[in-house]
Amino acid sequence: MDEKIIIAKRIAMELHQGDLVNLGIGIPTMVADYIDHNINVTLQCENGIIGIGPLSDITTETVNAGGNCATILPGGSFFDSAMSFAIIRGGHVDVTVLGALEVDCEGSLASWIIPGKKVPGMGGAMDLVVGAKKVIIAMTHTNKGIPKILNKCTLPLTAYKQVNMIITEMAVMEIRNDGLHLLEVNSDYTIEQVILATEAKLIINNVIPMKGIVS
Amino acid sequence: MKSFINRNEFIKLLKNNMSIMVGGFLTNGSPEKLIDAVLESGVTNLTIICNDGGYDNKGVGKLISSGRVSKLIASHIGTNPSVGVLMQQEKLEVELVPQGTLAERIRAAGAGLGGILTPTGINTVVAKGKQIIQIAGIEYLLEEPLKADLALIGGAIADEFGNLRYRETMRNFNPLIAMAADLSIAEVSHVVRMLDPETVITPHPLIDYILREDQ
Repeated sequence: MDEKIIIAKRIAMELHQGDLVNLGIGIPTMVADYIDHNINVTLQCENGIIGIGPLSDITTETVNAGGNCATILPGGSFFDSAMSFAIIRGGHVDVTVLGALEVDCEGSLASWIIPGKKVPGMGGAMDLVVGAKKVIIAMTHTNKGIPKILNKCTLPLTAYKQVNMIITEMAVMEIRNDGLHLLEVNSDYTIEQVILATEAKLIINNVIPMKGIVS
Repeated sequence: MKSFINRNEFIKLLKNNMSIMVGGFLTNGSPEKLIDAVLESGVTNLTIICNDGGYDNKGVGKLISSGRVSKLIASHIGTNPSVGVLMQQEKLEVELVPQGTLAERIRAAGAGLGGILTPTGINTVVAKGKQIIQIAGIEYLLEEPLKADLALIGGAIADEFGNLRYRETMRNFNPLIAMAADLSIAEVSHVVRMLDPETVITPHPLIDYILREDQ
């Protein structure tokens, strides 16, 4: 299975009935395709919409936070950017899923700038990770073998100590008060391989096979 | 509302060195005709305040790639390669602001507030040089209001009084900038006789002019 699909499928299992969820651009967007049809999850986009539906092939005046034409589902609503970020910052979003360049074992993340190389800007990410009740990072475990899960982020931070979970193609990890816990490992990999691909110290107690992945 | 104006009358309002807020999110809700008129006017050394840098050939991106902008205040610049190039050549100064903070700074200016306190950006480079204020044990950044000489509003439908409502996700920053500039000008898709008062998003006294298509 494609590693992006593995990540998206596993993250979809973290969403629950009634959740208001913001999905970032890239792998996070794919999560929408794997949400259990038996539960109602409402998606919010920071450009000002609750109840965003599938992408649209025709040009629409409704776009998602990536600027792609999309649809609005029954019960949805439009609002301005101040309202959108009041919803985000005010703790009304249950789960936000976003990508990162680096995450550390304290739950700090870096996602918006590589000084001297790439400066896309933070967009809504800084507000989302500070405001959402649960922050899940969706990313590949390493950058072509170079660890992205570190003891301490080296790039300028998006936020300090805000991440709750990291889900990669290799493993599911949770940041708790005592550190970074390894909870699940994709059965295509061994625990040792995960440890080698991770710079941060992993706390390992009861590791189970990664849920939702049948190899 | 004062009145409807045509393109030439709008151009007469423009000056070099102006600060201009422009609505739209990745150009969804962007006032393209007003931006084209700014381009045609030849004014330069502008400060542009917009959610993002748009695209090379769309939105505020058109002004940036033509070298008319000396400063850009935005949350995201990744979709317009010109921004990065001009930044490196030191021809364009960019101030990156978290999206929710940008919305609230603009809202604060329009609402007569001296600033806002936000947890977004604490422990990041965004906090550099800013006052940190503790309320009930939680640290907040003091972010100052952001105003402009001119606000260019898009994505709207007007009535003959000058009341506005917005189309789908085109609302985004438009109602916020309408209140935060000395002069606000709206580009509308069409004008109806009277909007249902309950659907009006921007009441007419907040709009100075509406662009009328030349016949």
